[in-house]
Amino acid sequence: MSDSIHYEYQVSAEDFTRAGEASSDIKSKLKRMGVAPEAIRKVAIAMYEGEINMVIHANGGKIFVDIRPNQVEMQLKDNGPGIPNIDQAMQEGFSTAPEQILSLGFGAGMGLPNMRNNTDEMHIDSTLGMGTTVTMRVNF
Amino acid sequence: MNLSDIKSLLNASVLTKKCVLDQDVHSAFSSDMMSNVLAYANNKSILITGLYNAQVLRTAEMMGMACVVFIGRREPDAQIIELADDLGICVMLTRFSMFTTCGKLYCSGLNGGVPSER
Repeated sequence: MSDSIHYEYQVSAEDFTRAGEASSDIKSKLKRMGVAPEAIRKVAIAMYEGEINMVIHANGGKIFVDIRPNQVEMQLKDNGPGIPNIDQAMQEGFSTAPEQILSLGFGAGMGLPNMRNNTDEMHIDSTLGMGTTVTMRVNF
Repeated sequence: MNLSDIKSLLNASVLTKKCVLDQDVHSAFSSDMMSNVLAYANNKSILITGLYNAQVLRTAEMMGMACVVFIGRREPDAQIIELADDLGICVMLTRFSMFTTCGKLYCSGLNGGVPSER
């Protein structure tokens, strides 16, 4: 699709301080493109939640973003342990995060439900031992 | 209420180089769990927290928040302040406790900005 702009980001799990840089970059790009602030906010929150999840649960991975005239599609691919029960993981408050992650301010079991709440479409494809791919779309 | 009023009420010091003190704010959200901030806070809020790490600033950035008030007696690392300056987010430090900070701001007219509490 010629009117789509594609971006790719490597998400490293080694430096928690740098988590969120990809989401920050996409937020800046959308702002410069003049996308509506409410849509930018939804994309930023959903992508940042996903990026944090990749860092704290899945040893990092890659994020692919396509910006189209009326939609942003984000695909977050990790090589983590996979999600055993997606329905359970989608429940607010369900968390498998260790104490160390909680002390950093994350892992309250709000990430996936908040990603769903801030997107128009969300799909999770996960295989145990192989990894998880989360695809999200925000329309504007 | 604007950021200048908040600075005075909390007897706070401004740690960032840039801070637009005359910008208005109508609500505040206090938490050490960034997960809760991302899920429940209002984008026009200020963030009050005792958690000191870079993700506090990233969270405020994603939420479109103008100011982070850190609770405590020590300043956050220079790296955190530098990130706040890059992002254009004002950072303040108050020695009041979380409870007193929230109480002072609530009594002066700020609300939680959470729709279900209105």
